[in-house]
Order: sequence, then structure tokens, then C-alpha cells
Amino acid sequence: MLRLNVNGQERTIDGIADDTPLLWVLRDELKLVGTKFGCGVGQCGACTVHLNGQPIRSCQIPAVAAAGEKVTTVEGLSAGAQLTALQQAWIDHDVPQCGYCQSGQLMTATALLKQHPKPTDAQIDQFMTNICRCGTYVRIRKAIHAAAAATAGKGGAA
Amino acid sequence: MIAEFERLLAQPVEAAAAQSLSRRGFMKLSGGVGGGLVLALAVGLPDQASAQGAPPPQVPFAPGAYVRISPDGKITLYSKNPEIGQGIKTAFGVILAEELDAAWADVTVEQSEINAAVYGAQFAGGSLSIPMNWDNLRQAGAGARAMLVSAAAKQWGVAESELTTADSTVIHAASGRKASYGSLATAAAALPVPADPKALKLKDRKDYKLIGKRFTGVDNLDLVTGKPLFAIDVNLPGMLYASLVKCPSVGGKVASANIDQIKKLPGITDAFIVEGTAKPANVMLTGVLPGVAIVGKSTWAVFSARKQLKVTWDHSTASKDSWTDYVAKAKELSVKPVGDKVVRTVGDIDKVLASAKPVEAYYQFAFVSHAQLEPQNTVAWFKGDSIELWAPTQLPANSLPLVAGIVGLKADKVTLHQMRVGGGFGRRLLNDFVADAAYVAKQVPNTPIKLMWTREDDMEHDAYRVGGFMSYKGVLDEQGKLAALNAHMIGFEDPVSKAPTTASDFGANEFPANYLTDYRASMSRLPLSMPCGPWRAPGTNTMSWVQQSFFHELAVAAKRDHVEFLLEVFGRKAGAAPQAGPPGLNPDRAIGVIKLAAEKAGWGKPLPKGRHLGMAFFFSHQGHIAEIAEVSVDAKKKVTVHKMTVACDIGPVINLSGAENQVQGCIVDAMSTLALEITMENGAAQQVNYDKYPARRMPNSPQVDVHFVQSNYNPSGLGEPAFPPAAPAICNAIFAATGTRIRTLPITKAGFSVA
Repeated sequence: MLRLNVNGQERTIDGIADDTPLLWVLRDELKLVGTKFGCGVGQCGACTVHLNGQPIRSCQIPAVAAAGEKVTTVEGLSAGAQLTALQQAWIDHDVPQCGYCQSGQLMTATALLKQHPKPTDAQIDQFMTNICRCGTYVRIRKAIHAAAAATAGKGGAA
Repeated sequence: MIAEFERLLAQPVEAAAAQSLSRRGFMKLSGGVGGGLVLALAVGLPDQASAQGAPPPQVPFAPGAYVRISPDGKITLYSKNPEIGQGIKTAFGVILAEELDAAWADVTVEQSEINAAVYGAQFAGGSLSIPMNWDNLRQAGAGARAMLVSAAAKQWGVAESELTTADSTVIHAASGRKASYGSLATAAAALPVPADPKALKLKDRKDYKLIGKRFTGVDNLDLVTGKPLFAIDVNLPGMLYASLVKCPSVGGKVASANIDQIKKLPGITDAFIVEGTAKPANVMLTGVLPGVAIVGKSTWAVFSARKQLKVTWDHSTASKDSWTDYVAKAKELSVKPVGDKVVRTVGDIDKVLASAKPVEAYYQFAFVSHAQLEPQNTVAWFKGDSIELWAPTQLPANSLPLVAGIVGLKADKVTLHQMRVGGGFGRRLLNDFVADAAYVAKQVPNTPIKLMWTREDDMEHDAYRVGGFMSYKGVLDEQGKLAALNAHMIGFEDPVSKAPTTASDFGANEFPANYLTDYRASMSRLPLSMPCGPWRAPGTNTMSWVQQSFFHELAVAAKRDHVEFLLEVFGRKAGAAPQAGPPGLNPDRAIGVIKLAAEKAGWGKPLPKGRHLGMAFFFSHQGHIAEIAEVSVDAKKKVTVHKMTVACDIGPVINLSGAENQVQGCIVDAMSTLALEITMENGAAQQVNYDKYPARRMPNSPQVDVHFVQSNYNPSGLGEPAFPPAAPAICNAIFAATGTRIRTLPITKAGFSVA
């Protein structure tokens, strides 16, 4: 039996193979489908979640490696109806097109703002490695800057 | 491409509509299927039945299939076409809400059901959603508004002409009375629908409150909180997962496979060989390709089993296509001034060529992949006498007869739930993945099956953007004006039917055919088995690159300014009366956007050191768009695109935010595609994941300045037309910066890279 802490909740999963990536436990077993499958080889970043606050490609680590650690998915970003500054900025700046990559983009951006509350363009370029096939990068950058500005003076909690 | 979509659509839509009509005995349609049925009954929408008998005290008002108003004031608008990232769900909602005179805050937009009898053609392709639905959506909104006004007039005993509307409210200014749409919903539901939708008074453009403003996407809250919107997110009780492993060389069949061993693997419930239903060498994927299906209890169980699968492929029917061979054969053919098929002749081009020294160039462009981020998938549930599917398709109408044929049922036994599409780009106008799911589901009846493609499946079995070649000879007169042009395109055709491969065709009216006194366009075609399909601005995305690059070459040869050179050609037809039918290339609109882009980009003015401009114009999908790239190129041939200035004439913009988003995305997509290629050898793609097909990421995304003309023509779509001018604009700027002409795509072939 696998025990995971996902979005602050203790979850147990039975009967999965040891090599099952965290991505597929989240999607198929826990039905947390906000985390997306894009490439399966750690390239695209659609499957990005946080492991103890760090962004990881969940298609690349076995779920057993996350046992006992804190996993956060896009569903766990906001507390109740209160959106994070980044989620709000994504809506205010109308970032998505097809929207499929955006949960992964948000998870990466959330981790970026934790490390760099007021990121420079260069820091954004370095950190944001997720593919958006629709090419919404111009807006992603704007939204990150807007969220950083909105949270300035509030301890930088994005 | 419009003709191609019409051909694609016509048969299945009519067939589905006819079946639907006879089934329902639906006689109240006015104006025929496909048009004028906006105020038809809301067949298939919930609660409509209750409105047909004696209405209960509180019924929702659902006068057409597009609008539904609940007594509590909630307004639901139905978006008929698939949302693929082009923003149509939001744009359709805005158009409906404008004529309904609804407050946007009261509105929820939902995906409609797929039903040709109610909605006519439902698809996302050709940037046609807006131009094809502009009239009927406005009529639907106006019709519902008219019924609400009528209900209020009866209630208050006043003339309808004394009433106005605003913010989901009917107002009688003379008495100060107001009634919310919700409070009128029950009364309005009992009224007859307006007899003639075309007789409804539509708003004047100056009175628009919503159209032209900025709206954030209606699904954005759900997207940023991870709600299930996509087919891949569908979870049903007892659902199993499946994968279909196909031959890497398209069309190959299974000779043998270790099926028994696969069936015993943990989490695997079934495995079987699929003979396939598609023709082995078909330019359009129309069915299930042969392979091995694996069914199991989780995606990972199935994906793991694939690694244990050992298949001996029978390559006798498989594609043997080789890009290396095509490049060599095309080069040989290109020396001929005229190809096998002449598509247009004006004057006597051979005579002109014999007496002049033409400017000559030979262009080559690669195959590319759609690489949309959501891999193909569909959930299918075969129930013996019916089948239900959840799919990310761009052309749902075609999937109904396709699925029906595969599972042996009539099309009216197929229910397809249109899901949000995780990237389309034309790939999902083909329904092969829906067919896969239906086929496997029939083998595992009464069980929902989620059929998943891996990324490798997706890139290996794409319907690629076809590559191609163009040989030009252009003649300048003594004033340096373009006098004559000879164009020989080398493209591809189906080896059996000899029909041109999708987007590998040369139109008789391609610019500048109608602007010159001596002109010839011809084609030679090589047999191709690799499946190709529509890819964002099909045909035009590559035609624009060769044509607009060569026009720059001609301007350079003539020692003339590129903008002035192109304006002079369009100027030859300036002021010509607009033609009937869907708007074609209009020289005045072309001149308008070229001048606007030049002005906004600072064309001809001093630039920062090391910066250079390149310009291109292209007309596609009814949109006239000029783009100017500002680039610098470093010593290692790394190209930085600092800014793109884009001037668009697509008529009135519906959602300004969505429109700008499409243009920004097209520029990034074009920059990405400049450096990408799919090569094939022995019938198999050589790049099957993002490691070998590195779609563009965040760094160095350029500033994109978008300027809309907002002309009075009917609005047209914007999912595609901003793409075609971008590549030639960038390549022309690279020439300005370096003196090197890019005549082969990807630009990496000439040692360049895009920063």
C-alpha cells in the first residue's frame, strides 16, 4: 500500500506497480486530473507538481519516491475559493489558449515566485521551461510580473 | 481551403442531419439545415419537453438552441463549435450576449451538444467559425431578446416599440418600469418564436456594448484550478484504459505478436491484434490503422505492457517514403520551367522568359508535426445497441458516421460529447483517434474505455504538414517593376488516387496571378504515402513563405524598397469593385495593412544598431495581414526577433484580448516552426518526441504589437491568418541583417538558429 500526502490530505493507494510514475497515480488513482500528460519523458512540463515545494516533472518520478513527502498539485494551489495571486493574474491577463499546459505552467511559476518574489525576465526565462504549444509565453511573463507586483509587501506568498 | 472543408463537411453533415430529422420528425426548421435554423426549437436541450405541454409555474426560457434563461436570471449561452484554443467559446458567447443585450456577468457559456439538425455544421477549422456563424448567432440573440420584449409588452399592456433593453433587463422608460430577463423567462417561453430570423432588427455597430472589448476566456477559472475539461480528464465508473500500438512505418500490418504473454502481465485485462479499417496508404487518416491493442486497469499498466510487446511487422503494405529521395527528385524536376499540371496561364510567359534575364530562386520546406500538447485520446463506451464517446475532435460531425461504420450501428446511435481540445492546429480535423477508441470499445463491450496515444504515437502517426518545393523565375521591367512570373511547385499526391496531398496544391488565383500580364503556375507531384493533413493555415503557411520571400528577392534585385515594391503591385488593382461571395484578396485592404504595419514599425526610419526589418503580407482565411519583424543576428547566426509589428484587417474584432492572444501565439508558433522538421525514412518519422522536435519555449519571446484596422467588412476568423506572414517577414529581416537568403526550411539547414 502506498501512502501519499497530496494537497494536505493523507491518501492511500492499493495495488500499483512500484515503477508507476506519480503522474499516473494522481490522474488514474486519485482522479486529480489537473496535472496533465504531455510527453512522458520529462520534456514538456505539463505534469509539473510540487514535491516539498519544489517543481518536479511527475511523469519522471515513481510515486513510491513521494511517499511521506508533501505533494501539491494545481488543485491544491488555492485555499477554497480564494485564488492565488498567480491564478488571478492568469485570469486577468487571459493567459490560456487551449489551456492544456497551463496547470503545469502555474505550478512552475508558483515555485519561481517562492524563490524569486520579484523575478527578472532572465530568471523567468531560466525557470519557466514548460512548453506551451499555443505560444502564450508573452502573457505568461506578464502574468508572473503582475502576480509578483500584487504580492509585493505581502511577504511574497504567491 | 474553404472548398476542402466544404467537401470534408458536406456529406457527413447532410447525412447526419437527414437521419436526425427523420428520427425526430422535426418539422419546424426554417431556412433549411445549415442556415436560418437559429430559432428552431431547442431539440435535445434539457427541460424543453416541459415547455411544450402546459408549462409549470417556473420554466426556463430556451427559445433557440443557443440561449437559455432561467427564472432565477441565470443566462446560459451554448457555443456550437469545438473550443481548441482559438477562443471560440468566449467569442460566440460575446456575439450572442451582445444581441440578447445581456449583462456579461449574468452569462455562462457552455459547449452545446453535437447535433447537425439543430446546429448545422459544427467544426473548428479554416478559421471559419466566426464568418460562418456571425449572422445566425446575432439572430439567435436578437430573437430571444425580441421574445422577452414581447413578454414584457403583454405584461405591462404597452407597445413593444416603447420598450428598450439593457443589462438583461427590459425597460419601459415612460413609466419607469423594469423587468429582469429572469422574471420574464416563464412568460417568454410560452410565446411563439419569431417567424423570420432575417427580419429581426440587429444592432448597429456603434451601439455595441460587448463586441470589441476585452474578455478573459470563459473557461479560465476552471483551467487555473485544474477542473476536468478535456477528454483525457474523463473518469467513468469501471473504466479501463487502452493503447493501440501501430507500425512505425505507416500502413504496416501485424505479422505476429506475443499476445499471450502480454495478456498475462499485471493489470492487463486484454490484448488483441487489430486488422485495421483504414486504407493502408491514405493521404487522410480515415479509420483504424493495423496494430496491437492492449487493455488494462490503468494507463501505466498499459504503457508498461507496451514495452514488453514484441511485434513482427509485415512491411509489404507500409510506406517506404524517404525525405532524402524526395529532396533529390524535386531538385531534378525543378529545372523544368513548367510542371506536369499547369494550373494557370496568363499571356505568354515563355516568350518573356526567352527575352529577359529572370531572377531565379528555388525554395524547399520541410514536413512538420502538429505536436499539440494533449496527446490523442478518446473515451468510448460501447453498449451493444449504442455507443457514447467523449472526444477532443475539431470535426465532430465526421466522427459520427465514422464510428457508426466501425461498430456496425447507425449514426443516430452514436452520441459524441464534445470536449475542450488541448490544442488543435488542424490535426483533430481527422478523427482517427476517435475511430481507434470505438474499435477497441466494441471488443470490450459495456465497459468505458479510455484510449490513449503516447506522445510517440502522436508524432509518429501525425497527419503532418506536407513539405514541398517551389521554383520561381521572375522578370523585372526597365523601371524595376514586376513584369512576369513563372512558378513551378513540386508537391505530393496520393500514390493510388493521384489526388493532391492535403495542402499540397497550387491555386489558379494565387497571388500575383491576377496582377500580371504574363504568368504561369504549374505543379509536379511526387507520390506520397505519409499521412498529411491540415496544419494551421494549410497551404498558405508555406505558400506565404516561398512567395513573400521571393517578392523580397525581386525587390532587392530591382534595387527598390520592399514595401514600395509590393504596394506598387497591389496598386495595379486598387479601387477594383469587391467581388461577391466570401471576401477574396482585396488589394485595397492589402494596401491598408501594409501601410499601417510600415508606419507602426518605423519602416524606413533609423533603427538601433544591429537591428534590421523584414516585411511580408499574406491573405488567408479572409484575413489581410501584414507583419514586420525586427531582428538582430549574432556572429554565430543566432537570430533574435525583438519585435513583430502586425497589422490585421479581419473586420470588426469580437474579443480584443482573444484576438491579440491568437496573433501573439501565431508569431511564437511561426518562430518555433522555422527551426523544426519531421524527416521520414523508410516510411517512418525520425522525430517522435519533444527531445528531437524541440517546440519553442519561453526565452526570447518577442514583443508583438498588434494593430487591428476594424474595417466594416464582416468579421473573419483569426486562429490562422496571422501565421503565414511571420516566417517570410523574419527570413526577409535575416537577409537584411546578413545578406543571406534563407531558401530552405528549417533555417537550421543554413546554420541559423532562433534565439
